[in-house]
Amino acid sequence: MPEQFLFATEVVLNGLMAGVLYALVALGFVLIYKASGIFNYAQGVMALFAALTLVGIMDGQVPFSHLINAIFGTEIHHFGWHVPALLAILLTIGVMVVLAWAVQRFIFRHLVNQEPILLFMATIGLAYFLEGVGDLMWGSDIKKLDVGLPQGINDWIDVTTFEAFGYGFFIDNLDISATIVAIILVGALIAFSQYTKQGRALRAVADDHQAALSVGISLNFIWILVWSIAGFVALVAGIMWGAKSGVQFSLSLIALKALPVLMLGGFTSIPGAIVGGLIIGVGEKLFEFLIGPMVGGATENWFAYVLALIFLVFRPQGLFGEKIIERV
Amino acid sequence: MEAAVTQNQDPAKTLLEVNNIEVIYNHVILVLKGVSLKVAEGGITALLGGNGAGKTTTLKAVSNLLHSERGEVTKGSISYRGDAVAGLDPADMVKRGVIQVMEGRHCFEHLTVEENLMTGAYTRGDGRGAVAADLEKVYTYFPRLKERRTSQAGYTSGGEQQMCAIGRALMSRPETILLDEPSMGLAPQLVEEIFGIVRDLNEKEGVSFLLAEQNTNVALRFAHYGYILESGRVVMDGPAAELRENPDVKEFYLGVSEEGRKSFRDVRSYRRRKRWLS
Repeated sequence: MPEQFLFATEVVLNGLMAGVLYALVALGFVLIYKASGIFNYAQGVMALFAALTLVGIMDGQVPFSHLINAIFGTEIHHFGWHVPALLAILLTIGVMVVLAWAVQRFIFRHLVNQEPILLFMATIGLAYFLEGVGDLMWGSDIKKLDVGLPQGINDWIDVTTFEAFGYGFFIDNLDISATIVAIILVGALIAFSQYTKQGRALRAVADDHQAALSVGISLNFIWILVWSIAGFVALVAGIMWGAKSGVQFSLSLIALKALPVLMLGGFTSIPGAIVGGLIIGVGEKLFEFLIGPMVGGATENWFAYVLALIFLVFRPQGLFGEKIIERV
Repeated sequence: MEAAVTQNQDPAKTLLEVNNIEVIYNHVILVLKGVSLKVAEGGITALLGGNGAGKTTTLKAVSNLLHSERGEVTKGSISYRGDAVAGLDPADMVKRGVIQVMEGRHCFEHLTVEENLMTGAYTRGDGRGAVAADLEKVYTYFPRLKERRTSQAGYTSGGEQQMCAIGRALMSRPETILLDEPSMGLAPQLVEEIFGIVRDLNEKEGVSFLLAEQNTNVALRFAHYGYILESGRVVMDGPAAELRENPDVKEFYLGVSEEGRKSFRDVRSYRRRKRWLS
């Protein structure tokens, strides 16, 4: 029995680590949804695009090389240099900011005061467009992403737990660093939104667009800011997922895993995204471990969605969904 | 606020001039059909009229908040201190000293009262010290806000929210406040209190007001000059004291006539009677 318990503990720990990544993706959704009421279907593709750009810059790939070669009959693929990870990350952040500006300038500026469903459709269009651009810019082959995060089994945890319980826990170093990065990221985001002028403006916009306009807050600027932050969060998620399983186009599908997280945690709550991510991560791993063998396994694919459905029935606003303040 | 005081030497000077504007929403709905008015520096100008007369639209045309509601000024012009307002965005107007307090308060519900006030200082670049000093000043005008500074604005009372909205506007150091329907949904006692503070701000801080109000009685007691709007047109204007004594205004907006108080059934719109008379 204690052995079974130790196995379960290990499963829970690994579930928590996986949950952190779900939470990171969900966080990007929450940020944009809160500030502009747009459900950004393209969040997953943004993570893919960010990861692709990062790898491309690090490897010194020539953007649009296939297109250039096809038009001019040249044979260029690489600049022939390698950019250090940190610099490449900074450059990628720059690209995400430009993307945020372009999205605002060319799409959402023309859709002011339109129906939410229209805005949602626009983000679907954006998702496919971005996927195509990513493909065209950097090529569609699977790439290896290594920004220097420690990989492999954490020996210290393995040895310590073995000595303590007679059973070594297998925990990936990458998951540990993902957790640390996520904690720092969330801390920074909360500090930004609570204690800075722009953060306050951001929350004001989330509460009431018209009133924010009336005190002279530029919605345009705030939305570019929000999309940039969401782009940055997408980059972090892209780095983590990319380092784990390579940068490939299926990365954009992690957005679908974020949906049940959002239903659980509530679309408007940053803590909700995190707790929701952790619950889904732990829940699906534990369910697979305990119930999986009875039903023939492969429960991880559907567990999250069933859990989300149950939540939709009993608590549609999610665990941390915003209480609607209504005065009569 | 102080800047306005020093320029307050000539009370007759026109700050804001709205010249025969027409406003259309969504390219089809004509709301204003030629509204002209002037706001004197250092004065309280009232814009009166019933529901749908175009008061709010006029204010939004000035503060340039129309655009975000798919409305636009299609004819006429608006100028503030001689400069055309068209083409500026609301933030530019706030920087020029014109800020609107919207109908229905519109506080940021999930922000605390103090955070609400601080958002008013968003466009300012004159340093934390000056902003903090103005915050204290707002608290001296609205001591109730100080008591509730850490409460979420959504949980404060209607009167406190109205104070919060006016205080928030004050934090931008405005020269002119466009105040939309401050009496809405408030008890008569609170309405008096808020109008009293408006008068104080006008006299002590030199802030000019353009005030849209359905409550003609209160508005004409506190304002210096009034315009009466009906169906998107100005049908009458004059100094507040004169409007108060005008028999038509008395009958149709204040609800009193020679025969005493009238029932609502007998009250007809001013314009219709005008047409019938002429």
